[in-house]
Amino acid sequence: MGIDSLVGGTIWDEYSDKVTDLMNNPQNMGDIKQEEAEAMGAKLIVADFGAESCGDAVRLYWAVDPETDIIKESKFKSFGCGTAIASSDTMAELCKGKTVQEAVKITNIDVELAMRDTPDTPSVPPQKMHCSVMAYDVIKKAAAQYMNVDMESFEEEVIVCECARVSLSTLQEVIRLNDLTTVEQVADYTKAGAFCKSCIKPGGHEEKDIYLVDLLDAHEKEKMIAGSSLGTAAGSNAEFAKMTVVQKLKATEKVIDENIRQMLISDGGDMEILDIKENGENFDIYIRYLGACNGCSSADTGTLFAIENILKEKLDQNIRVLPI
Amino acid sequence: MNVYLDNNATTLVDPHVFAAMEPYFVQKYGNPNSLHHFASETHPGIKQSMQKIYAGIHAKDEDSVIVTSCATESNNWVLKSIYFQYILTGEKNHIIISEVEHPSVISTAKWIESMGCKVTYLPINHEGLIEAHSVRDAITDKTALVSVMWANNETGAIFPVEEIGAICKEHNVLFHTDAVQAIGKTPVDVQAFNVDYLTFSAHKFHGPKGVGALYIKKGKELIPLLHGGAQMAGYRSGTLNVPGIVGMGTAMEQAIDSLEFEMSKVREMRDAFEDELLKIPDTFVVTPREKRTPNTILISFRGIEGESMLWDLNREGIGASTGSACASEDLEANSVMEAIGAAEDLAHTAIRFSLSRYTTQEELNHTLAVVKRAVARLREISSSFAYAPDGHVCGLSEAH
Repeated sequence: MGIDSLVGGTIWDEYSDKVTDLMNNPQNMGDIKQEEAEAMGAKLIVADFGAESCGDAVRLYWAVDPETDIIKESKFKSFGCGTAIASSDTMAELCKGKTVQEAVKITNIDVELAMRDTPDTPSVPPQKMHCSVMAYDVIKKAAAQYMNVDMESFEEEVIVCECARVSLSTLQEVIRLNDLTTVEQVADYTKAGAFCKSCIKPGGHEEKDIYLVDLLDAHEKEKMIAGSSLGTAAGSNAEFAKMTVVQKLKATEKVIDENIRQMLISDGGDMEILDIKENGENFDIYIRYLGACNGCSSADTGTLFAIENILKEKLDQNIRVLPI
Repeated sequence: MNVYLDNNATTLVDPHVFAAMEPYFVQKYGNPNSLHHFASETHPGIKQSMQKIYAGIHAKDEDSVIVTSCATESNNWVLKSIYFQYILTGEKNHIIISEVEHPSVISTAKWIESMGCKVTYLPINHEGLIEAHSVRDAITDKTALVSVMWANNETGAIFPVEEIGAICKEHNVLFHTDAVQAIGKTPVDVQAFNVDYLTFSAHKFHGPKGVGALYIKKGKELIPLLHGGAQMAGYRSGTLNVPGIVGMGTAMEQAIDSLEFEMSKVREMRDAFEDELLKIPDTFVVTPREKRTPNTILISFRGIEGESMLWDLNREGIGASTGSACASEDLEANSVMEAIGAAEDLAHTAIRFSLSRYTTQEELNHTLAVVKRAVARLREISSSFAYAPDGHVCGLSEAH
């Protein structure tokens, strides 16, 4: 614990001069009216993200040249704190002159970097990083509207920590390769969880689908299983695919009995297999949690990843586990 | 012009208080428990100050008013002692608090809850008030303690302490009240109402920081939180904070002398200021003003996030407060706004102005002008009031 941690400071003291200036005089604040866009020969895009009930919301206006996809004008309106307003302003500035396709690549990290006074000093304190995430999301929303596609299509991977933009696959790999056991270690290796801390465990500022504690938990369980099992695969990929449904059920049941059930029972829970269906190239195994597993917070994350990974390893890479 | 309107957070030290404390730093610095004249010369000042403190809350001499380091210590002490005396022993298994208590009560309650004590969190109604019947409904024959604050720090709402005290007495349940926001703002009398334990803190009524107190009614003994040299009759060990005690005594005397002024003049200024604020469109105040302490306004400005409002006020020298999400280090939402069930879009828009007897009309006039400018500027920026073309489907209500 340093003095700063003990006596705290005001978060405003950690704002860069740029953030302060933009909060006082935002440069791209305003709207673009339908007539104004038409006068520019441009298409008006208006995209919203966030909600006042969550504490921050932004509306982004773009005038886009339909021939070149270039964003000719970019403005914003924002409900939020100084960081939210300054980062919305910076985001609107970064969009100008870019094509929509280029703008989608702008992240909250680019926005934060652009607000720094010097390259090495963050422009906002860690707990304010999440205020800039909204700036990233609203660009995707605007681009999705313009290109008439789903907003999710811009996400190439599942992002667990939005502040530092660390993906699920990166986290799983780093945790496994370095045998990480604490969230502090994860933050040291990846920066995930070092900012607004929402992704560490449930109960933070924002609700998440996946938490770092789940990933660490999954890694621990995998290690436990790897240590206890003899490492004999029940069958190769080709074999599982060729099995009848009944054989598949039996093979799956065997792997669960030998490798998974003990881990669940030791936590006061259990599971049962309901069905196995072929779905394209995938084998979807439907399961039901029993006892303490039922409703456990990691049942849809850490525990599920562990079960799926073991079945993939032992039976077939195309297995997906779906709890009902 | 600097204007301080955050008096529910802390207050300036009254110059009389400061003057009374001064001799106890470099002249009368003796440890009161020693056996020499350096000690003895501190005794009259301590005794007079304790008498003022007792008188301020109408404590009887047979009762104990223990000087602590802060209200947080006093609140911790009551809950933890109740845990050790009644819960851990198995005699009782339950306590009742309100959901809008100060963190020093809520966090302590959650801690003893984690060790097996049942805790009921009483809800507030749409006016931000606790209803006394909810205490009656929650009491069981295993309830050890009810702890409900006298007045709320955010809204200024004055809770029905008299009725709650009576219900507790009827059911033979101990009653603690955190009166931090009540002293000097509304009459506090531990004899008139049934109160077993009462917390207060000097810096909320123009005394020094680092001095609080806990009133303990005769026969309602607690076990010490701090063991040691048996100062304060063994209730709370630790060398007496002589300047602090003298400061709190003088501050209490001043607060009682000023109570009438606070309840008339400060209230009048507050009401007029509030009337003017409410003339700004789309503004909302929570608790009816006659049910509040005379110095407090919690007001929502629709479309303006609390921290950005504080930013604009601060730029012009004005200090106020918000419980909004972004403003605090831990990013918590305003618990009172959530608890009263305010419209969701107002949850992050509440600003608290808390006056004191030092607040002037000129300061309030300046503040009003600044608030109006800030509202105009921030609503101009706000997405809540932004243009949208025909046919635009608003996505601002989506949760994220």
